[in-house]
Amino acid sequence: MNFKLKDLGPQLITVIAVVLIFGFFTYNAQINMENRGIDFGYGFLSQESSFDVQFSLIEYDGSHSYFRAYLVGLLNTILVSVIGIIIATIIGVIVGVARLSPNYLINKFAAYYVEFFRNIPLLLQIFFWYFAALRALPLPQDAEAIFGVFFLTIKGLYVPAFIWENFNIFFYSIVAAIIAIIVIRFQAKKLQETQGKQIPVFLIAIGLIFILPLLSFLIGGVSLSFEIPKLKQLAATSFVYDGGLSLPPELIALTLSLSLYTATFIAECVRAGIQGVGKGQKEAAASIGLTPNQVLKLVIMPQALRIIIPPTTNQYLNLTKNSSLAAAIAYPDLVLVFAGTALMQTGKAIEIVSITMFTYLSLSISISILMNWYNKKIAIQEK
Amino acid sequence: MFKYLKQLTSLVAMVAVLFTFTTETMAAKKSKTLKNTQKKGFVRCGVSQGLPGFSNADAAGNWTGVDVDVCRAVAAAVLGDANKVKFTPLSAKERFTALTSGEIDILSRNTTWTLSRDADIGLTFVGVNFYDGQGFMVRKSSGITSVNQFKNGISACTNIGTTTELNMRDFFNSKGISYEPVAFEKADEVVAAYDSGRCDTYTTDKSGLAAQRTKMSNPDEHIVLPETISKEPLGPVVRQGDSVWEDIVRWSLNAMIEAEEYGITSANADSMKTSENPAIKRLVGAEGELGAAFGLDNEWSLRIIKQVGNYGESYKRNIADTGILPDRGPNQLWTKGGILYVPPAR
Repeated sequence: MNFKLKDLGPQLITVIAVVLIFGFFTYNAQINMENRGIDFGYGFLSQESSFDVQFSLIEYDGSHSYFRAYLVGLLNTILVSVIGIIIATIIGVIVGVARLSPNYLINKFAAYYVEFFRNIPLLLQIFFWYFAALRALPLPQDAEAIFGVFFLTIKGLYVPAFIWENFNIFFYSIVAAIIAIIVIRFQAKKLQETQGKQIPVFLIAIGLIFILPLLSFLIGGVSLSFEIPKLKQLAATSFVYDGGLSLPPELIALTLSLSLYTATFIAECVRAGIQGVGKGQKEAAASIGLTPNQVLKLVIMPQALRIIIPPTTNQYLNLTKNSSLAAAIAYPDLVLVFAGTALMQTGKAIEIVSITMFTYLSLSISISILMNWYNKKIAIQEK
Repeated sequence: MFKYLKQLTSLVAMVAVLFTFTTETMAAKKSKTLKNTQKKGFVRCGVSQGLPGFSNADAAGNWTGVDVDVCRAVAAAVLGDANKVKFTPLSAKERFTALTSGEIDILSRNTTWTLSRDADIGLTFVGVNFYDGQGFMVRKSSGITSVNQFKNGISACTNIGTTTELNMRDFFNSKGISYEPVAFEKADEVVAAYDSGRCDTYTTDKSGLAAQRTKMSNPDEHIVLPETISKEPLGPVVRQGDSVWEDIVRWSLNAMIEAEEYGITSANADSMKTSENPAIKRLVGAEGELGAAFGLDNEWSLRIIKQVGNYGESYKRNIADTGILPDRGPNQLWTKGGILYVPPAR
């Protein structure tokens, strides 16, 4: 009996304290809002937003609802986070491995990169890439074409748009290729376990992912054409590119600064992970006759990943949360569109800030869950 | 007999003291904000993060501008010293929350008076200290001289959290022009982006355009187009629910405008006490009991005029002499062809 009370007591007190604190804040907010004649409610989400957004992944204009504006901001935040995480991971892994390189030049270059970029505040880097670096870009009319079809200007990066015919057949061919690769991998593993034979899965996979979509072009009736951006004159000295796809400079600057900044931390995680694997492991693997490639793939990496993943998860979370600095350079993310413009137009501060906080919390928790699942998958399977 | 008389006088004195005390505190009691302000010894005023002519801080941290002068006028009226103001620079996004949460007591930050702001979010607009309208700025070299020359695909830089964003949409929609809105949180970044060529046009209130133009790397390369696409009456705002404080701010502004109408300036205010005109005598506190209604003394408006000046002086000092908008346009007195017209102080 005593034992149970000792266990439950602190937990009960914690729960009561949390409930009381939340209760107090809610009550306090309610009283104050009532005194000041402010209504509380989420009804505004269905009202017409009547403001436009520069860049959106879904169809949106001012005649849509505030909820739709929220989705626009959310998708833009996810977009910049996903691209940022991918690029940061690639740079991070390369630089992390480079820091361990015996080559003096590569080694030092990677070290200087890490020390330089991680020691400058992120907001300054964002301003640098947006106002200093991108401002140096030419006006649309002065831009030189890259490969004849890309145009990098101060108003953004213009790339050709794809115009597909029978896109669904192409899509199915890729799906078929992926399924085939999974089946072959499974069979190869079985073959190795039962008969000890090895087949070059990687080469077959590359072949499949190219050949099947290629076939869809040759015999499936798929065709692809490009719409190349064309220069259009707005006024005597004012030009813009018409047609094709345009990536706003705000997106480019934000992705660049977020990836370069976060990559430095990931690089350190990678370095720590690889250095954390005992030297004996490598020597033992080599001594049983594994090739250097196999040593890395079968012995070093599986052990290094266990050290790398948990701190890298933190960096992914940081990148996602840091993307809210977008507001400083007009990239229409969740904070700018929803906690900025929408908050101003409706005045629903408590509602909008609570939704925004909850959204970031959900995003972060989703990333955490995904990474924890992966971490568990690669952890030592104790029997 | 003498003893009784002495007792009687002390009783009368006591009653008198009590009475004045209660009338004094009754007005103060009615206004929690006034009481708090007098207790703190300064007026808490929300201003912009830097808009020349309206609210702008110099290197030494001294704030000037017509919006700043409204807060100074209130400080002169309720505390007797126009310098007893604590300024809080706010972004367009933060301003209303700062006011409703009680961080500031007056918001004097080139804020447009609209129905939804007045009715919805717990605010009360007390008047207009600048009649403005939204316009466009373009580079001179573009050859654009009218908004009718705008074409599909134009990119427009502006601030978030302002009526500008909504007006811009209405305007481009009505003209059937597709546009790219590029909205920043702070004005300085808008100017930097437009100046670098990121946007073809910069849109905000015309007074703002005129003021920001002075910050460009080469102001002469830019022009403000003649068209005005919206009504933007800018004025000070207070929290809802304190009608005495609301009246104090409203009449502090009105007193400045009416002082100009009657030709009372900071220089001649004292000599106006002997004027023949009762309206002038009321404004300089030589006649009537106007201050009592707010719980203030009778020289509240005299202090405003002496320490801050009348509206014309404030305009000249902050907007005309700095070269922002030398022409007063609609912000001229109604007697001189403008639309500044305030109810009489009587």
